[in-house]
This record gives sequence, structure tokens and C-alpha cells, in this order.
Amino acid sequence: MGNMKRFIGFIKKEFYHIFRDKRSLFILFGMPIAQIMLFGFAITNEINNVDIAILDHSKDATTQEIIHKIASSKYFSIRQLIKNESEIEAVFKKGKVKAILIFEKDFSKNLTKESNATIQIITDATDPNTANTISNYTNSILQKYQQEINKNVKSPYQIVPETRMVYNPELKSVFMFVPGVMTIILMLVSAMMTSISITREKELGTMEILLVSPLKPFQVIIGKVVPYIFLSIINAVVIVLLSIFIFKMPVQGSLFLLGIESVLFIITSLSLGILISTASATQQTAMMISLMGLMLPTILLSGFIFPISSMPLPLQVISNTIPAKWFIIILKGIMLKGVGLLFIWKETLILVAMTLFFIVLSIKKYKIRLE
Amino acid sequence: MNTILYIIQKEFKQIFRNKGMLPIIFILPLLQLVILSNAATFEIKNIKFSYIDNDNTSFSRALIDKFEASTYFNVVSSFSSEKMARSAMLKGEVDVILEIPPYFERDLLKDKKTNLSVIINAIDGAAAGVENVYINQIVQSFNKNAQAALMQPSDFINKPKTITGITSFWYNETLNYKTFMVPGILVLLVTMITLFLSGMNIVREKEIGTLEQMNVTPIRKHQFIIGKLFPFWIIGFGLLTIGLIISKVVFNTPIIGSLGLVYFYTAFYLLVILGMGLFISNFTDTQQQAMFIAWFFVVIFILMSGLFTPIESMPMWAQYLTEFNPIKYFVEVMRMVMLKGADFNDILPQFFKTLGFAILMNGLAVWSYKKTS
Amino acid sequence: MKGESVIKVENLTKTFGDFTAVNAITFEVKAGEIFGFLGANGAGKTTAMKMLIGISTPTSGSAQVAGFDVFTNPENIKKNIGYMSQKFALYDDLTVKENITFFGGIYGLSRSKIKEKRSELVAELGLGDIINELVGSLPLGWKQKLSFSVALLHSPKIVFLDEPTGGVDPITRRQFWEMIYKTANNGTTVFVTTHYMDEAEYCDRVSIMVDGKIEALDTPKKLKKQFKAESMNDVFLKLARSPIDN
Repeated sequence: MGNMKRFIGFIKKEFYHIFRDKRSLFILFGMPIAQIMLFGFAITNEINNVDIAILDHSKDATTQEIIHKIASSKYFSIRQLIKNESEIEAVFKKGKVKAILIFEKDFSKNLTKESNATIQIITDATDPNTANTISNYTNSILQKYQQEINKNVKSPYQIVPETRMVYNPELKSVFMFVPGVMTIILMLVSAMMTSISITREKELGTMEILLVSPLKPFQVIIGKVVPYIFLSIINAVVIVLLSIFIFKMPVQGSLFLLGIESVLFIITSLSLGILISTASATQQTAMMISLMGLMLPTILLSGFIFPISSMPLPLQVISNTIPAKWFIIILKGIMLKGVGLLFIWKETLILVAMTLFFIVLSIKKYKIRLE
Repeated sequence: MNTILYIIQKEFKQIFRNKGMLPIIFILPLLQLVILSNAATFEIKNIKFSYIDNDNTSFSRALIDKFEASTYFNVVSSFSSEKMARSAMLKGEVDVILEIPPYFERDLLKDKKTNLSVIINAIDGAAAGVENVYINQIVQSFNKNAQAALMQPSDFINKPKTITGITSFWYNETLNYKTFMVPGILVLLVTMITLFLSGMNIVREKEIGTLEQMNVTPIRKHQFIIGKLFPFWIIGFGLLTIGLIISKVVFNTPIIGSLGLVYFYTAFYLLVILGMGLFISNFTDTQQQAMFIAWFFVVIFILMSGLFTPIESMPMWAQYLTEFNPIKYFVEVMRMVMLKGADFNDILPQFFKTLGFAILMNGLAVWSYKKTS
Repeated sequence: MKGESVIKVENLTKTFGDFTAVNAITFEVKAGEIFGFLGANGAGKTTAMKMLIGISTPTSGSAQVAGFDVFTNPENIKKNIGYMSQKFALYDDLTVKENITFFGGIYGLSRSKIKEKRSELVAELGLGDIINELVGSLPLGWKQKLSFSVALLHSPKIVFLDEPTGGVDPITRRQFWEMIYKTANNGTTVFVTTHYMDEAEYCDRVSIMVDGKIEALDTPKKLKKQFKAESMNDVFLKLARSPIDN
């Protein structure tokens, strides 16, 4: 009983400690909000408003019409008109223009006489994704135009695919990125904060004082972690509210399940933070491990931006070890697909297993140190 | 001058003596360059494809074979009902469901027109769009073959007009994603290491008390700052050099432009980052605070740099914000010079903006470092 | 040489918001003196000292150190003083030799001069065995002695010592005071803060600060007489209590 009281007293002390440092508190709450607002609105992997240039050797009614169609699409904005092929290189090197459309000589004439005319699409493929997408968009604009001019020509035996885009019919990239940003923020803030606050006690020598106190070592660690669980939950709630009300993300599934899963993920991240703190002697090392070691792998291997299924097999295997990957699947499942635990029990179990693994490993490392 | 040399010498000794940090500074980033560059691809392949064949004729199976043969799709399963297929999609087992209606072949022959139903998981909207394009391409080519086989002479009255778009991909004919990503990720790693190290440097001396000792020496502000910056400047160059070697040897990234130009630009870019690090360091009391701030800016800089997602697609206000992002300029310069062979004239805008930031940041760093409180 | 004032302080004041840390102190220190700057923790000793060494700008009053004004010329003061802080402030991750070289370099000593000074120190302190050890691995007493020697590397006119013997054993403290005497005999003025009252007896003159003010200033002998006390400790206790009695 007396021990419990001491323990609660210790947790209270930790809370005071955190809430007194106004500057850090501001960072802890302000940053996630600023980041999710910024990224929710700004990042997108759609390709819009690509700057292109036109080289029109023909300058007739048809080419004018096609140029007009291209200019009025939301994908392209025509930045400049060039006069001959020799300018292409220079235009690309300036970096703004991503593609150049070249209309052949006698475009109209060829189209009426030979029933075929050619447009060259030269893309700056340093960014392969943009280049490929430009090519696809241009071709689909051309095809539409073709259908218009061939209205009176009936082509038989048509197979028409009718596509339904499910879970995100408007193809909003916010739906893709908000769960990712939420995961990154929870992961990094939780892991970094715990690892630093525990190493800080080690560095200042106060850890030893705590360990010789009547508190048991695991109580010391839990006491240090509880305030951060609390902070992270507040962050998670704020982020979910922002997603719903600002970004109009649906929560098709159960809000309760979303809450439970978020707490689980927060605990996973915190236990990873504890593990990092056992492995580092100074705050500097702890910070560099949590920043350098976690940031890029979490951004790149979690499926946040890049589709995991397109990665080389070894990386797909490695991606399984990234807790963020599983949480992103869970988030998308609950929020967008509206699934229940029945569909995501596997992912949930993996997170539970990872958490236990981190905790057991940390306990082992602490024991070695104490003996 | 001599004073600066003594500081530089001391900083180098301290960096290289910290055995715990050395691997984090040198090995971790380069390992990440080698591994993570493979992950950053928007290429859509291995699409998990499933189908419901209600027709079950050799004609419908021929269509499925087309998908089977494509490099984009992995045919993972077939279902007997849409309900089962949808459930598999909920579990994340399939991305695309193609449903072939009953009497698919018969309808085409009789009505000269038939429909297919396609369901795409569109959570990743951009990927869904691409998947849709691929599906259409396959169906169209299947359609063309079918038309050729089925066309009656009477169908050839009017030849339709066609406009052919011929695409050529410059600078990266094979659309190799790594060529695009490696220079960018290298920029990131160089930036993160130099920013974190310089951001922690002075505040660390503050925490352990040696900064006060420095402040009672007659050392001049600029001597101190230059002495502090220079070692990290060199480390930045070291990382860049090893990274460039890795991109050449491991990824065979083309280096078309002048390496001298890359180094020349980097010299100024590093000053921006180091100045920023020192500025953060001067403004904070603990390493923890310094790192939170550095982390905040790095995440924003990374995601708004055009490295992973295109800047042109951002809303206008966000595009204006990216103008203040030094990482954006470095990423642009690296890609322009290495992949396209841009020369100094081509990167002038980026160079001058970077130069401006360098002056501003170091001005702030010198100004905010106070020997007297 | 002796008799000339190297530190002149008049009505020197430092406030932080509403709090007055140093309240209009006035005193002079003569060349070659060992001047004890006494006071309880939080009496304002360190704040006062930081103004004198040019890292904290006073709120009002005036002060000259080594002939230079603390307001207008703190950088010139720094060339002429040595300072050893309360917190041990050599670099733990550098060796003894590297620390000596570094601080010598910072004060603009030539390479040959640094070498000469280093051999002197090695002989004097018996550093031969540990010259290539990391400073962080040395016992505290060694660190303090080393830190003092480093503060004297550039032969400053005045050396400021802030609680130099905090936390070291009595034998080391004794050795340390021998070093201080030797320094003073060589003509360097020593300005030392301490809260060990027995150490105050070793000083030529002492000032005692209470709540930001100098309440007493004289030779230890005269102070004991003035306060009718047996030892400096008694003097201090009497002074420290008096504000409460008032």
C-alpha cells in the first residue's frame, strides 16, 4: 500500500516535470498539429498543373484545338511555346518544364488524308512517375479528342470496362496521407520522448538515485512512461478530430476500436523508446538513434508514401518489422474500409507481439546493467 | 586565424573520440542510402488482381490470360461471388477485382457491345488511377485483337482517324526510380546529420558548462562560430563524397553534369544548414529542446521538398512555403546537375536563393550567440 | 606594483526583473592581493563575479578590471584575466595535453610558448604519467588543480576562482592553497570566492556578501576584532544572522 502511494507520488512528480517546461510542451502539442495541417493540405502524390511546353510545326486549326484541350485540363499548364527542337535541351535544363509536345508538320493534312497524325511527347524522365503520368494523361486527352472527331464512325465489338473506385471514390490523396502522418507523429514523438527522458536521468546520475529508492525498477520506468502515454493520447485525439472535421476523413468503423488500437500503437512506440534508452548512454546517442534510425525507415518502409507491394522482395520482408506499417493498415481499415477487429486481428496481434518483444528485451538489458 | 585552427582541431578530436556516435554519423546514413533508395518508388507493379468469371468460356479465359501475362498484375485468386471478393478486399488480400458478366462472349457477338465490371481499392488514389489506366490498356488491346478477328467486311466503310502519341523518356529511358531517388535521399542524409550535429553542439557545451569557460576567453565571436562550423562542414562533404561513390558504384546513377558544380553548390548549402543548427543551439537551453525543434523543421523540409511528392501538385500557398525550404533547392540542384547535366547558369536561381539563406542564417547565428548576457 | 588597484568597483548592481541579485557593491582589489569574496549560497557572489569577468552586463554602477571598463571593453578584460568556474570546465573527452594545447591556443600563445608552459606544468604538478589520459578519467582533485593551471597559462594579471575547492578532500585543498600563494607571490592578483570560512583566513583581505550587499570588508584579523569573534566562521555567522535580527 505504502509502495503504491509512493508510486503515484512519483508519477505526479513526472507530470509536474513535463508540464512545467512550457517550451517543450508547446513543441509537443503544437508541432503535431502544425504538421498534420500542413501535410494534410499540402502533400499529394497526384500530378496536377504540370508545366509543359509546345512545339507546333503545323499551326493549323486541329493543332490549335488540341492545344486548347490540353491547356484546359487540370493536369497541365502550358508554360511556353518553343520554335524548334534545338531549344528542348535548354528548356529541360532550367528544370521547370516537365514535358514538351511536338506536333508534326502538316498535322491536319495528314489526319484528313492519311487518317493518321503524330504527336511526339518528350518527357523529362528524371522523375519517372511524373513522366509516366504525363504520358498517360496526354494519351487519354488525345483519345477523347479522337472519339469526338470520329463520332460518325461506328466501331463495333466494344468491350467497355466500368470501373468503381471503392473506399475513396474521389481519389483524394488526403485519405492516403492522413493515416500516414498520424502514424509518423505518434511513433516519433513517443519513441523520442521516452528514450530521451530516460537517458537524461541516466546522464544526470539521477537514475541511480531512483533505482536505490524503494520503488521497483519497473515502477520507475512505468512512472516515467505514463505521462507520455497521456500526452500521446491527447495528440492522437487531436489528430483524429482534425482528420474528421478539417479533412473530412470518414470513420466508417468503430471509434472505440480506433481508440483502443491507437493506445496499443502508442504503447508499442513507447516501449521502443524504452529499448532505445537501454542501448544509449547519452541523450545525444538516444536522439540520434530515434531520429536517424527511425525517421527515414518509418517514412519510407511503412507504406505511408510508397506502395510496399512495389518494393523489391527483401525490402518487403524488412517492412514487416516496421510497427508503423501495421498501424497504417489498421487505421485505413477502420477509418476508410469500416472493418472490425475480425479483419485486422492479425495486424493487432503483431503490434502486441512487438510491444512484448521490446519490453522483454529492455528488461533483460536493464537486468544486465544492474547486476 | 590560429585561434580558429585550435578550435577546429579540438572539435575534430571530440567527434572522432565519441565511439558511440561515429557509426551513427557515418555508417547509419550510408546504409540507409543503400537500402532505402530501393523503397522509394511510385512504380505500380505486383498489383494483387482477382477475378470473378461468370462467363467461363475460352473467350473470357483469354482475357484473364492477358492479365496473367502482364508484368503489372499478379493474379492472386478467383472468386465465385462479388461478396467473397469484396471481403477479400477488406482484408487487404486483393487490390483489383475484375468481374466478367455471364454471356460475355455471346453479348459481344450479338449486341456488338458488352461491359466489364472493375472494382479498385482507391485508398491510394494515385495508385488507383494508374491501375485503372493499366486495366484499360489491357482491355483495349484485347478488344482490338477481338475486333480484328470478328470484323466483317461491311464494318470497314469508314476508316477512323487516329492520332498517335509517341512518348520518349529523356534522361532516364528505363524509368529507373533509383536514378531519381538516390541523389535526393543523399541530400536528406547529409542535411539531417549536419543539422542534428550542429544543432546539438553549442547547447551541449552549455549543458556541461564548458561554454562559460569559452566565454571568458578573449576569443572573437566569428572565430568561435567558424571554428565550430568548419568540422561539420567537412563532415558534410565527407558524407556527400561517400554517398556519391555509393550512388555510382551501387546504383550506377548517371553523373552527367560537373561534380565540381555539385561541390561548389554544396559548400554554400551546408552553410545554410550549419547556420540554422547553430541558431537553434543558441536559442535553446537543453539538447532535448534543440532536437525537438530540429526534428520539427526536418520533417517539414523533407516532406515539402519535392523529394517524394511533386511540388507542382501542392496548393499555391504550400508552393510559396516551399520557397523557404533549403532542402528543396539542394534536391533540385542535385537532380538537375547529376541527371540532366545542368550548368552554373541553369542553377543560378537556386544558387542565389541558397546564398541568401546562408547569409541570413549565419547572420542570425552570429547575432544570437552572445558572449555576454 | 603592490598598492595599485587592479579591480575598482563602485555601486555595481545587477537585477533580474524584480530581483536584485547584486545590490550596489563597492570595493577595490590591489595588485598581488589574495582577495576572498565570501558569502552564503545565493548571496550573489557568482553573479558579481560574472560581471567582473565580462560575461554578464551590469544593470548599473561602474567597474574597471585590469584597467578596462566592464561595460565598454569586456573583451580586453578577458585577455588579462584567468577564470576557473565552479563547474569543472575543461573538456572531459580531451586528454590533459590536448586541453592545455587548446586553451593555450585560444589565448593566442605561440606553439613554442605552449610547449614551454606544458613542460613547466608537467614538472610542477607531476603530470608526467597522466599527460595523455582523458581528463574525464582523472579524480576531481587532479581536475581542479589542472583547471587552475590552465587558467594561468597565459600569465593573466588577475585570476578569478569560483569555489575552487568545492568537493575535494582536505589534503588537496591544502595543496591548492599552496598553489594560490605561489601564484600571488609571482605578482598575480587572486580573486577567490568560497564558502569555506577557514579558507578565508588565508586571504589578505575578505569581503562578506549577504543578500546582494557587501556587509563587511577588511583583513581577516581586523574583521575578527571588529566582530569580537574567535574565527572567520563566527564573523560570518554573526553577519548572516544580523539581517534577521533587524
